[in-house]
Amino acid sequence: MAFWDYLPIAILFVISAGLAAIAVGLGHLFGPRKPTPKKLEPYESGMNPFGPGTRRMPVRFYLVAVLFILFDIEVVFFLPWAVVLKDLGITGLVEMIVFVSILVVGFIYAWKKGALEWE
Amino acid sequence: MTPLQIIFIIVAVITLFAAIKVVSSRNLVHAALWLILVLFGIAVFFVILSAGFFAAAQVVIYIGAIAILMIFTIMLTRRVARDSGAQHNSNWWAAAVLSLLLFTGLSWILSRWQGFQSTAQPMLESADPLRQLGEGLVAPGGYLIPFEVASILLVAALIGAITVAWERK
Repeated sequence: MAFWDYLPIAILFVISAGLAAIAVGLGHLFGPRKPTPKKLEPYESGMNPFGPGTRRMPVRFYLVAVLFILFDIEVVFFLPWAVVLKDLGITGLVEMIVFVSILVVGFIYAWKKGALEWE
Repeated sequence: MTPLQIIFIIVAVITLFAAIKVVSSRNLVHAALWLILVLFGIAVFFVILSAGFFAAAQVVIYIGAIAILMIFTIMLTRRVARDSGAQHNSNWWAAAVLSLLLFTGLSWILSRWQGFQSTAQPMLESADPLRQLGEGLVAPGGYLIPFEVASILLVAALIGAITVAWERK
């Protein structure tokens, strides 16, 4: 059964969750708690925290994330194709050239528009 | 019950609970984090269905990319992350009746479908699911045209994203 091949991943999840729970739980159980407003501040590498935790981000992050998703999906399409490429031979290659050349149009557009630049 | 069924029920309960939290959380960032749990539950369903490639794609694309995009999108907004408005209006009962009707109708249609009762044929143990997917996708006579059209869809999304988010200097 192929499902049980994933058992190591499940064990890994249980162990990592358990380790995190132990690490936090032991401190919670045995550590003394004398909270002061200073101690309850979020830890920011020793600096005084400034601004809200969810501050507004520039729209460029959104653009980069969308570009990342698109090329991510492209790679997902590559994998099943690559597995059967040897059987398909030249036909498979032509199919992928068509697929990629359409995407290259979008890539050139993004490049020329300056969407890949981060000033 | 087989162990597989027990795992399915546990994961289904967690996924449904997280899905309810997605729509009921007041803090949008929390809703996005619950959404990641939902997407992970779906990945486990793919694993239960022996679709390892889809499980990996689910984790890489939905959790690794789309959930991050959603968190970015929430952070682009000024105040929406902590909306204090009412979560439902006076028409909630009409919506509940309508959804119940829709659910009943869909269940009725599905239960009349002949494939609903019969068990699907198990895949050959020797066959590689990823190989079969590749053959179905790109072999001539498979879903070649939808495969190529997918690239047009990707380009359209790319141009759309640039049009929406690109700022003129």
